[in-house]
Amino acid sequence: MSEPRPVSFRGGGFAPKSVRWIGAVVFIALIAVAEIGTQTGWISALTLPKPSDVLDTFVQLYQSGLLWKHLTPSLTRLLVGALLGVSVGISVGVLIGLFSYIRSGLVPLVAAIFPIPKIALLPLFVIWFGIDEGSKYALIAFGTFTPTVVATYGAVDNVDRTLIRMGQSFGLSWWSIVRKIVLPGAMPGILSGLRISLAIAIILLVAAEMLGAEYGIGAYILEAGSLYDLERLFVGVAILSLLGIGVSAAIGAIERYLLRWRN
Amino acid sequence: MDIHLSNISHRYDATEVMRDISLEIPSSRILCIVGPSGCGKSTLLRIIGGLERPSAGEVGQIGDPPEGCLNPLTYVFQDFALLPWRTVEGNISLVLEDHGIDGAKKQSIIADVLARTKLSDFAKALPKQLSGGMKQRVAIARALVVNPAVMLMDEPLSALDSQTRELLMDDLIALWTRTPFTAVYVTHNLAEAVRLGHQIVVLSRRPGEIREIVEIDKPLSERTFGDPDLEAPQRHLWDLMREEARAADAELIHV
Ligand SMILES: Nc1ncnc2c1ncn2[C@@H]1O[C@H](COP(=O)(O)OP(=O)(O)OP(=O)(O)O)[C@@H](O)[C@H]1O
Ligand SMILES: [Mg+2]
Repeated sequence: MSEPRPVSFRGGGFAPKSVRWIGAVVFIALIAVAEIGTQTGWISALTLPKPSDVLDTFVQLYQSGLLWKHLTPSLTRLLVGALLGVSVGISVGVLIGLFSYIRSGLVPLVAAIFPIPKIALLPLFVIWFGIDEGSKYALIAFGTFTPTVVATYGAVDNVDRTLIRMGQSFGLSWWSIVRKIVLPGAMPGILSGLRISLAIAIILLVAAEMLGAEYGIGAYILEAGSLYDLERLFVGVAILSLLGIGVSAAIGAIERYLLRWRN
Repeated sequence: MDIHLSNISHRYDATEVMRDISLEIPSSRILCIVGPSGCGKSTLLRIIGGLERPSAGEVGQIGDPPEGCLNPLTYVFQDFALLPWRTVEGNISLVLEDHGIDGAKKQSIIADVLARTKLSDFAKALPKQLSGGMKQRVAIARALVVNPAVMLMDEPLSALDSQTRELLMDDLIALWTRTPFTAVYVTHNLAEAVRLGHQIVVLSRRPGEIREIVEIDKPLSERTFGDPDLEAPQRHLWDLMREEARAADAELIHV
């Protein structure tokens, strides 16, 4: 009989958890490197602005009151456009998920619209909806609509059919089945689609504002860029990043609330 | 309310699933259906419950469903079919809401059915927190709450381990003894069939036809685990099924 050898452990892994503060530490470390680099001259001022200068510029922007002047229209455009696109997208996605004719009719159409860069259509939207807010809402709405539709009907397809048969076997009405079985069952897929849609919405927001807006984050960035004012450019970019983080956190909160049955 | 099946035949494209099944489902009795795998038991149950149209033949109701019956033909599914996002209470509430039962009345109905199925302590639990046996109990509670005229049970205990199955069989017998309900109970477990069935319908292999209907007279409440009186009928059922099961098994391999 030989000595028993321990069985080596080979499980574990493949289960990433988000560790608190690590994200913040990465951000701070990167900014610290940039700050030290620019202070010591190891990174030239032409390559990268000093983070502290960027912060100063931001504070100035805030104190001059211009921050809200730029942010308010941007947030409004984002909210109105995304709300339109997402709500129509979810409705159409559910219909595609439920009805054969709508599915056959619209899936090829959605596939045809999806790859069009929506920014290319901005002139068209300007003609249709006017140079003002209308065209910007339309652009953002249209851009969020397609990914939302695709995510939604995929999610509806994945709803457990035995649950739907159960609903029918208890004589639930069609509307009850949609509301109480199909929609909650599709919610995980719809929400993860929403993450993508809203990121696209922010990208389109900036694009629309660059192509014609007096105020807005996009206009601010465009102006800074054309003057090669790197500090202001970075302020604008940082605001966009914060916006992205905010949106993602908001969806995270919605997920934690609506999908609390999963954890 | 009795259910009457007359000359039901069914086929899916080229496969003939069942042929000429005529059957009387008497009220307040449990009718078990046994048969080899693939002989159309689940299909027959779906036809009885109106979830599928037979190719030929008719399912008829004789008489009216009992007073206060919300859903005359009610299923209990093998895989429970509970909504994972609703609590035990919520899952039961689901089938009441559509009938306009709300508020205090709904709460008291739910509390009553939870007490009957010994689930009162789990009212606020989510399905994933429950064991398989508990989940099926919730599904049974959900079926009972609509006061069904006929319960259609498709292998309700097959997903459970044998101890849990025994416990749930006892529960079903207790529930039936308290208030006899009508049930069509599909199973391939002969021990379950002789424990729960007043009548046991034996189907042949596909295309399913009725081979024999076995009656067991001993009252449900007097049947016990390993009951010697049930041995003879169980053996008889197995004799009827052995050849069919063997042939069905061989057939499936050749598909
Ligand atoms: N929707 C369907 N389309 C085509 N064939 C089907 C369909 N549903 C069932 N079948 C076939 O009909 C036959 C009977 O199926 P059914 O599920 O009723 O059998 P069963 O007796 O319940 O079997 P098991 O004991 O495995 O549950 C099987 O051969 C199956 O492959
Ligand atoms: Mg079956």
